[in-house]
Order: sequence, then structure tokens, then C-alpha cells
Amino acid sequence: MTDTTMPAPRLSLTQRLKRPRALIVLSLLMVIPLIAYVMFGEPLARAGIREIVLIPAIPATLILYALAMASWRESWVAILGGTLVFFWVFVAVSVPFLPLLDPNKPIRPFAPPGTEVGDITFWLGTDLKGRDMLSRMLWGCQRVLVWGVTATAVAYVVGCIFGLIAGYISGIWDEIISFISNVLLSFPVMVLFILILNYLGPSGFNIVIAVTFASAPAIMRIVRGLALDNKTRDYVFAAQTRGEHPFRIMVVELLPNVRGPIIVDACLRLGYTTVAITTLTFLGLGLQPPDADWGLMIKEASNLMVWQFSYMLLIPALAVSSLILGFNLMADGLREMSLRD
Amino acid sequence: MNDVTPVLECRNLSISYYVRAGEIPAVVDFNLKLMPGEAHGIVGESGCGKSTVALAVMNYMGNNGGITNGEILFEGRDMRTMSAEELRQIRGSKISMVYQEPMASLNPAMRIGEQLAEVPLYHEEETSKEAAYDRAAQMLAKVRLPDPLRIMNSYPHQISGGQQQRVVIAMALLANPRLLLLDEPTTALDVTVEAGIVELIKDISSEFGTSMIYISHNLGLILETCDRLTVMYSGEAVENGSITDVFNNMRHPYTRGLFSSIPLPSADKNARPLLPIRGQLPLPHERPDGCYFGPRCDYFEAGRCDQGLIPMEDTGAGERHAVRCTRYSEIDWSKPLELPDAGDPVEAGDVVLNVQQLQKHYEIETGGLFLSGEKKTVKANEALDFRAREAETVAIVGESGCGKSTFAKVLMGLEAATDGKVTLDNVELGQLAVQKRDADTISRLQMVFQNPFDTLNPSHTVGNQIGRVIRKFGVETDREKVEQRVHELLDIVKLPRDFAKRRPRQLSGGQKQRVGIARAFAGDPKVVIADEPVSALDVSVQAAVTGLLMDIQRENRTTLLFISHDLSVVRYLSDRIVVMYLGRIMEKGTTDEIFTPPYHPYTEALLSAVPIADTSVKKRKVVLTGELPSPANPPSGCVFCTRCPYAMPGVCDVTAPPVREFAPRHNIACHLEPEQLTAMEPVITIEEEKAA
Repeated sequence: MTDTTMPAPRLSLTQRLKRPRALIVLSLLMVIPLIAYVMFGEPLARAGIREIVLIPAIPATLILYALAMASWRESWVAILGGTLVFFWVFVAVSVPFLPLLDPNKPIRPFAPPGTEVGDITFWLGTDLKGRDMLSRMLWGCQRVLVWGVTATAVAYVVGCIFGLIAGYISGIWDEIISFISNVLLSFPVMVLFILILNYLGPSGFNIVIAVTFASAPAIMRIVRGLALDNKTRDYVFAAQTRGEHPFRIMVVELLPNVRGPIIVDACLRLGYTTVAITTLTFLGLGLQPPDADWGLMIKEASNLMVWQFSYMLLIPALAVSSLILGFNLMADGLREMSLRD
Repeated sequence: MNDVTPVLECRNLSISYYVRAGEIPAVVDFNLKLMPGEAHGIVGESGCGKSTVALAVMNYMGNNGGITNGEILFEGRDMRTMSAEELRQIRGSKISMVYQEPMASLNPAMRIGEQLAEVPLYHEEETSKEAAYDRAAQMLAKVRLPDPLRIMNSYPHQISGGQQQRVVIAMALLANPRLLLLDEPTTALDVTVEAGIVELIKDISSEFGTSMIYISHNLGLILETCDRLTVMYSGEAVENGSITDVFNNMRHPYTRGLFSSIPLPSADKNARPLLPIRGQLPLPHERPDGCYFGPRCDYFEAGRCDQGLIPMEDTGAGERHAVRCTRYSEIDWSKPLELPDAGDPVEAGDVVLNVQQLQKHYEIETGGLFLSGEKKTVKANEALDFRAREAETVAIVGESGCGKSTFAKVLMGLEAATDGKVTLDNVELGQLAVQKRDADTISRLQMVFQNPFDTLNPSHTVGNQIGRVIRKFGVETDREKVEQRVHELLDIVKLPRDFAKRRPRQLSGGQKQRVGIARAFAGDPKVVIADEPVSALDVSVQAAVTGLLMDIQRENRTTLLFISHDLSVVRYLSDRIVVMYLGRIMEKGTTDEIFTPPYHPYTEALLSAVPIADTSVKKRKVVLTGELPSPANPPSGCVFCTRCPYAMPGVCDVTAPPVREFAPRHNIACHLEPEQLTAMEPVITIEEEKAA
């Protein structure tokens, strides 16, 4: 009685952008160039369009950020988390265009923050090889973000497929899938990562595989539970009684209705994955030098047990913490808002 | 009469809710005077503000609601001037409320005795625990619960819904309140259980001297329980008066519309069809100027009905009979309404659906962790046997747990039959799962679901969901034609066309159900199973939907299997009726055969339980005792023997009853001698029109 929408003759621009289809297009515009830039940098550079691919991502990020802030007004937690996350995403897509020093060029080792060398100021100092910390920190977020998002997305695709099968078709499929996922869940996550990466060898793509093995079982359980609940609803019966294929029922009828809890979980899981990737890189099992990466920066700095050079450790550590905090706060805020209405 | 202080008086009461969109007036200019011992009914469709009135009286408005104007006097004192502490004292001790869902009103983690004893312990200072428990037990006996001591020691989930509601009423009466508010107290219950509760409510005022406000959408229930009533429409009281005045001499077009849209025994789908009220209830922020009913009213006169607030006016006739209509004195109330063209009765065709000895058993294992316990069989359907012809409406009637929904699932291919046959145009369906049926068979058999909140996928627009059916069954494939057809279907179910773009959460329950019906008929089916399709709808919408069902049926010669517990709707629209109880057919025959003797004792009780909103109808009282047995553990012999008033010990509880044929295709399964059954008196009799 109270919640009725008046028929709006024309949608305003913001309203049109807030429709799901527009949001998906914007998110893809934000993420795909970044993924292409990081994963397929070499072929793109040969074609001479490496920087150009990032250009559409910059406005997309800004628009998404504005939309997010506008619709999350109710929850300051989500605003704070979203701001942190979007800050790093914005840095990731715009870093090639920022006036920064080359992150891989050794200039002067062990310069503490604020050192001036000629007309260059090292605001955050340089690392043990003399590379600019500020530049390395900003460049470093690209790899963490890209591999983190990709790994989580792949884990979600796999988890959702198996979760829907286990929940909707159930029976013997449920038993098999649940058994395998229980086995996988019984491994400590780090052990699983180390096992897989030792076997496959360290690389970004293998991190994706490792994260999928570790995260997909938990995702599958969430989706399975939601699917079990939703499949008893009349609209699923209605689809069954008009003879829809189970595949269509799973994807079209069930999947959109389990998205709420999944989005919240995805934000949290992005945080875990970021931690995992950084840890793996720190252990030397993940991304390889020389490109800037937070895990690598921490690893390199961790050998220097000198208080004077602790900034080398603190700066990437704070960066990674702020990103993870951003994901977690965003998850909290989204959950808060979903509970409110 | 004037020297008695009314228990409750509402004067020019206006209540608003404040939401993001702004202020929404929920109740406007509401007046009510409730005398001691009086039972006052408030009747109206969903969203008319009847529950808001009750919440305002309890002062439970929530954070976003408030009284904007007028006053509520409780025993002569304005409740708005009372302190929070005083209000708290009054609530529960002087005013009690009974809600629709009994389970939601009881604490599932506390024994019933404890919960009941809390009331005197809390509201009266010097009460010992023993005394409180004694009073609770006495009160349980007064609400006619058998074995109060056992119930005192049970948890709420251990007793049935009807018993729970009796406990809630007992709890409300324990504090000996001056005023009892009942908000749809029987809506969640089965008809025969409801009849028992209504009997109890009727006696409350005489036994306890409590005044009552009875909120319901069902005029029949109001007639049985109340002395006076208020009819509400879109936040306004439109008519107010004694039961006899309002029922026999209604003076507001809306009240008249309401009465002509409910299926009274005098209505008949061919001779006297229902007359739905055209148009829709306006949204609270889109109410027209002047009379809110104006746009839907046949007597609307521009310049008079659309100016300012229409005041409530005393008609002068009858006892305190007032209406909110500027033209009530000009309308010729004796002139019969113009009824829509009903058309000729439809000749039934060949047998389309043939159910032979259908059986559906579920096996449940009652074992522990390691012991594989004995297997128990739930006989959800046992020996169902009936036929449905083309263009015929066959109603399957029964209360919850009678197996009617299981039968629907077997028919739709979601469950396989244990034994027996179901044939649809010579295609055997009993063992054929829906995935194995060909598209043609599927499109010939469609279903309308019961729960409007579940029937639509919340993630897709209405247009998409209807359009999917149209494309799936190949009615239309061209995109524009599909859209065209979706719009036509929305027109038929009386929804605006722009609803095609809306999502289900933007629709009311009734609107969702209409979309569900549009969806079922989108594929031009031969047989439609309607599982309680109108039970969740408002009265005027029910009429429109039943009208719609029959129109489509006439046009397409669709066979309709109408599953319902509501005998008045069933009587109105069905040609044949199958009465089921605990998975077995008790009686089957044409509508006339079911509604006239000989009756099966269960049919007799069902007929008597149906509330009828007609003062000229006299009903013979048959109130069943006891509760519905569990289908997992049905009584031996005749399944109805535990509640049957005619039960013969030694016969009925030992052997299954014989099926006797009284007319061609009119069968009754009962041990009583045919002469005894034939000698039963009719339950419903219509008194001849009194001389005017």
C-alpha cells in the first residue's frame, strides 16, 4: 500500500544508468580494459594500443562511483568501503596517464620518504633497488586488482554452476558435488594453494585455478542452499509445468533470485582473494618480478630488518589493507542495506 | 441510550503514513461509536485502511504512522492525551487484539500455560502463580478447548491452527478486556474450523460482556458475528449502520457493488452472473477529488461527486444508518442492477480428462540415525475416480490436507502416480513426468497457482513472464505480436498495459494473481487447473476473476479443474463437484446434487460452515468437533469417522464405507442407509422475499 511507484513518463539519465543492463555494461567497461591491459600487455603493446585500451575505463569508473555513492546514501559503511575500492580501481585504470616516475627504473636506493634528488621528489622514498615507492605502490594495485577480480569471478562461475546443479537437480548430483566440495573444504586453504601452485608452477593464471579450487566449494554451498529454498516456489513450478528445460530454469528463473546474498559474499571474497594473492606472491608462488606488485614489495622489504627502512614494508602493507578493508566495508554496507528493505 | 458512555469512539479520525514519497493518508474522516457489549464489523477490501484503524486504537502505529486529525476516545477519554505508561496499561488489560496468524502471536519457545499465565501476572498486581494458572485453564475451557491441562503443557507447534487461534482468543480474554479487536481471526483457518471459531466469537459478548471490533473482508462472517458494521473504501467509511439496515437497505453504491460481486446462493453463472465493480481501487496518493468511489460509480455526476470532501450523512431511516454519498436519496435502490450478458449455458462436450482409481502414496521413513525405522505410508490420494468433460468446470473441494494439491501435482507431471490412470485426450499422464511430455500435451494442461506472492518470478518483468509462455507454446513468435498478445491478456485480467514493464514487487497480491491467471491462459490450454486461485483476492476482484475464467472457458471451451475450499465460489462457477477428505472422495455429483440432500455428512458440515452474506438465507448448524487427523495417520474404516456426527461405532471405524450411487454419476461414500441420507434436511434454505 505504501510502496507504489508512480508511472514515470521519461526516465532521467541517472535512472536510465541505474538499470541493471546499464550497470553491467559500465562494470564490463571498467574491468575488461584493465584485464586486457594487465594480462595481454605484450600483444597490445606490439599493436601500439596498450595505453589506449584503458581510456574508456576511466569515465566508466567515475560514473559507477557516482552512481554507487548516490544509491548507497543510507549506509556510511558502504560509502566508505566503496570510496576505498573505487579509489584503487581509479588508480589502476589511470596510472599509465599519471605523472609518475618509471616504477622499474632504479634511481637512488634507500632514499627515505621526502628525499629530493635534483628536481625529483621521492614523496614515499625509494626501495632497496632505488625505484620510486609511490610509483610502485600505485602501479602495484593493477595486478592485485586484476588477478583478484578474475580469480573471484572464475570461482563464482564454477561455484554457481555446481551450486545450481546440486541445489536444483539434487539427487545423486548433489551427493557427488557436495562430497567433492567437502573434501576440498577440509584442506587448509594455504596448503591447497601451495599444493596447486607447486604442481602447476607460479603464474597469474595458475593463481586463478588455485583460488577457484579453494573458493568454489564455499560458493557452491551458498548457491545450493539458496537454490533449494527457491526451487519450492510456485514460479519454479510454473516453469516446470510449462516444460522448461532444467538449464533454463536454473539460469533464468533461479540465478537472478539468488544474486542478493551472492553479491555481498563476493565483496567479502574479493578481500580474501586479495589477501591470498598477496600472500602467495610474498611466498614467491604467485606473480613474478620485476613488475610492481604489493606482495612482491612486501617480500623484498621483509629481508631488511632495519627500523629505518620499515616504510618499504608499511607502504605496500597499508595499501593492501586499505583495499581489503574497502571490500569488507562494502560487503557490510550492502548487507545492511539489503536487510533494511 | 445516550447516557451510556461508548467503549470506543472515533471522531473524524484521520491517519497517515509517512514514507519516502511523502505523506500517505491511510484513513480519512473515520467515525465510529462502539457501545458496551456491541460487536462492530469493519469490512472492506485490502488497502482500505481497516487494519490501520485497529492499529491506531491499539496505538501501534510504528514510527512512520500518526494520527493527523480527530480523536479516539476510550471510555470517554482521549487516547492521544494519555501517557505512554497509561497506554501500556490499557493495552492488553482493557484492549486486546487477535491477529490473523495464530502461530505468529504465540511464542514458540514457551509452553502455552506459561504464556497465558503471564497475562494475569503482568496486569494484576496481587495474583499468585497458581491462581494465574487456574484462571488460564478455566479460560481455555471457556474457549471450548478439550483437555485444557494437556494444552497448557504443550508448545504452540504441538497443537493445530484452530486450537492455536482459540488459545490466542483465550489469551486476549484473560485480562477481561473491555474491547476486543479481531483482525481477520479466521482467514488462515479451514472452513470447518473457522465455523467453530465463529461460534465462539459470537458468544463472547454475551458471555463476557466484551465489546468487539471485527475486521474482515468476508461479509458473511460479519453477518454471523456482528450487530453493526462499517463499510470502508479507500480509507473512508462509506456506510455505517446496523447489520439489517446495511444488508437489506444499503444506500451506498460501493456497498451495493460489493454485495453484487459476492457469490450468494441466489447467484448463478448463467442466469444471474456476478457483477464486478469496474475499475480499480485508487492508490492512496491518486485518490480523486470528492467521492473516492466516483470513477468506479455508475451514478457519478460530474460537478457534484467530484467536489470537496463528501460528508457522512444520516439517512434518517434505520438505526444510526449513515452513508457518504451525495446522491443516495436520488438513486432508485429498488431497481435491480443491470447484469452483464451471461450467455447461454455451455453444453459440455466429450470427456477430456479421465481419472481412474488414481493413487498417490508417499513413503516416509521414521527411523533414527542408525536404525532404519519402519516405513510409513502417507496416502495422499486414494482411489480417485472422476471425469471432466470439455468446457466443464469440475471443482475439487476439501480442507487442507485432503490431497487436492497432491492431485494437481500428479496431473501436472511433477509427481508420478503410485497406481491408477489419468488420461488427457487418450494420453496417459499418471506416470509421465512433465519433462517427457511433448509440448502439445504440456500446453494443453496449465495451472494457476495459489500463492500470489510466489507465483511470479521476482526478477523478471510481468510482460516477460507472460510473453515467455506465449513464445514457448508457439502461440505467437513475432516480437510485436507477442507484445500485443501480452497487452490483450493484461486487458482481460483488468490490469493496465504498462504493468507489462513492471516487476512483481511493484504489484499488489491481487494484481500478481491476475498476472498468474493471464500467464496460465496465455498458451490457449485445453485444461486449466486452478489451485485456490481466488482465495487470496479481494471480493470485487474475485468476481472479476471468476467472470474472466468463465468468459475464457466459454470462448475456448476450456475445461477447468477448480480446486478450492470455498463452497460459495464453487457453487457459483462449477458444473460438477468432487468433495474430498483426507485423500479420498466423499461425494461427487453435479452442483445441484451436492447442494441438496442426500448429503454425505462431511458435505453437510462443509455447507453449514460456509458463511453467507445474505440475511434471507437460513442455515442449519452443523459444527464439527475435533481436528483434522494427520494424513500420515488416518483413522481406520471411514476416514471421516472421528469427526462425523452420525458415526456408528463398530461400523464406521472398522470398515471402509461403500460407495452408493444416488443418481447417475452422483456417488456418496458412507455407511448410512440411503434412506437416512435422502431424509436429511437441506442445510441452506432461502426464505421467500418478505412482502415489501
